[in-house]
Amino acid sequence: MKTSTQPKPKIAVWKFASCDGCQLSLLDCEDEILALAGSVEIAYFPEASRAFVKGPYDLSLVEGSITTPHDAERIHKVRRSSRVLITIGACATAGGIQALRNFSDVNDYIPMVYASPEYITTLKKSTPINEHVYVDYELRGCPISKHQLLEVLNAYLNGRKPNIVPRSVCMECKAGGNPCLMVAEGIPCLGPVTQAGCGAICPSYHRGCFGCFGPKETPNTASLSDWFSRLGLSKPAILQQFRGYNGYAEPFRKESEILEYESE
Amino acid sequence: MCSEKGKGEAMFTIDVSAFDDLLSAIKAKGYALLGPTIRDRVVVYDQISGSKDLPIGWSDRQEGGTYRLNKRKDQAFFGYSVGPQTWKKFLYPDHLKLWEAHSDGSRIEIEPATPESRRYALIGIRPCELAALAIHDRIFLEGPYLDPHYQALRADTFLLAVNCTEPGGTCFCHSMGSGPAVKQGFDLALTEIVENDDHYFLVNPGSDRGAEILQEVVYHEATAEETARAEKALSDAEYRMGRYMDIDNIRELLYRNLEHPYWEEIAKRCLNCANCTLVCPTCFCSTVEDSTDLSGASASRTRMWDSCFTSQFSYIHGGSVRQSAMARYRQWITHKLASWQDQFGTSGCVGCGRCITWCPVGIDITEAVWALRESEGETRREKTQLTGV
Repeated sequence: MKTSTQPKPKIAVWKFASCDGCQLSLLDCEDEILALAGSVEIAYFPEASRAFVKGPYDLSLVEGSITTPHDAERIHKVRRSSRVLITIGACATAGGIQALRNFSDVNDYIPMVYASPEYITTLKKSTPINEHVYVDYELRGCPISKHQLLEVLNAYLNGRKPNIVPRSVCMECKAGGNPCLMVAEGIPCLGPVTQAGCGAICPSYHRGCFGCFGPKETPNTASLSDWFSRLGLSKPAILQQFRGYNGYAEPFRKESEILEYESE
Repeated sequence: MCSEKGKGEAMFTIDVSAFDDLLSAIKAKGYALLGPTIRDRVVVYDQISGSKDLPIGWSDRQEGGTYRLNKRKDQAFFGYSVGPQTWKKFLYPDHLKLWEAHSDGSRIEIEPATPESRRYALIGIRPCELAALAIHDRIFLEGPYLDPHYQALRADTFLLAVNCTEPGGTCFCHSMGSGPAVKQGFDLALTEIVENDDHYFLVNPGSDRGAEILQEVVYHEATAEETARAEKALSDAEYRMGRYMDIDNIRELLYRNLEHPYWEEIAKRCLNCANCTLVCPTCFCSTVEDSTDLSGASASRTRMWDSCFTSQFSYIHGGSVRQSAMARYRQWITHKLASWQDQFGTSGCVGCGRCITWCPVGIDITEAVWALRESEGETRREKTQLTGV
């Protein structure tokens, strides 16, 4: 237990290529945010306050992926000013939905999107933070779960391991009493290869898992693909399943590339 | 043959109209009624208020990785087999707080959670599930490690068992000696007969309090014809199960095949998602999770279901012992069918078939046993060649 004489840890929240949804999870901690504000000093969080406290910071939460040469440099500055760096969300941990560009040539898209493409400086790939700097802990999700965010901050404050395990979404479905959608209705679901943490929200609302929390430990994507085709999905349709918010996470990327190769 | 004891003892008959009186009598004794009901297109176990909540007129089609409900031609109350849930959700709940600790800065006080007592009536518990319950009782109530929480939840459970006359596509309780008729450990056992215009239950009291409940409803002594019909329905059910397993020397079979190439074959399909263990009525492995409040002044420990299919399950200093799906599947099936016998004196499998149906890719425990046997030169025997236990 900490005493009140200890200085409060300084926390910074950084944004790279992302939609802001994950850092908003912090503001979404309505009931807990006051207690949290009592335990930490929120030193840099542009989404919440224009009052900035200079670094270095004890803990940095990093949202977003690296998509520009400028950001590829900036992340090193963030790392240098942070004692502990935790990435939050699918963009920061796997490149995000914008990493779909990694499967084609980004230069083909720029003129379609921007009126003056000459002003655009972008990298060929959208990459996760851990491809650039050392990351102490990764929090998955699109968006992250606010419960997991609080848990990781709580664990940090108490010097313990976070209770976040890379098991399957199926285990959350079973704990919640959801019958398996794939078995009972033949609905394709990424749950068996996806990491738990969301509380199995999609299957609870009668939708197959989209894989927002990325691959679980030892995911058997090939076997699931095989079962999807037995459920009647075409190879391109199965490919789409794996190429989502976490499409660039290695197990999902490899599976979709195999499917792409086999579809050609 | 399946136990003659279970089959010969149904001595009374109640009309279908008396079924709700039976439930009312049980309820009047202070039990909460739990039973099968339909939710999200499957049969689940939940609180029920009477026969109107039962899946009347429904049946199911089950295969590896597939479950579908379908309408029956009759209005049978129990014309379906087991669904994805097990009674352990009530008696061995998934999230259970074990203790809380509070610190005032100098002293830590630990408060163990008080075990909560419940009086559940399990309506429609099947023979395979009674066998699973007996396994949990032996483990949690007969030591060497007593579980006070299980003890409190299980202390006064009324068991209204229903024999299986409509076995499912993945059932193999007959092979495991746990069904389709109950043998012991129930308060009342029913066998449902729905034929033409007849709809009644044969009732077999298995305890004094079961007999007392029966006194509260209109019944008559079963006629020879009624008994014969029930016996025929149950002996027919023995061979209508979709799966069967040859358990002859199964312990030795598994022990001598620990390095069999079949395990790698299965590992190619196994998702190590843990569904099989979570739907299994006997799997009881758990983990504990310690959490704190933000200040660190309070902490608590929660027991949660775990599975040998996760890497954390076998995590010890230095890493996980079972890194691969191959090692995890082999561990699970070898424990279930072989080392469980050394540990607890019975098979860990009761033949309910849930792990086959609810495996998202339809991996089949009975096929695993046949594959090992066939690789040793045995020929697969026909269902009727297996005599059961």
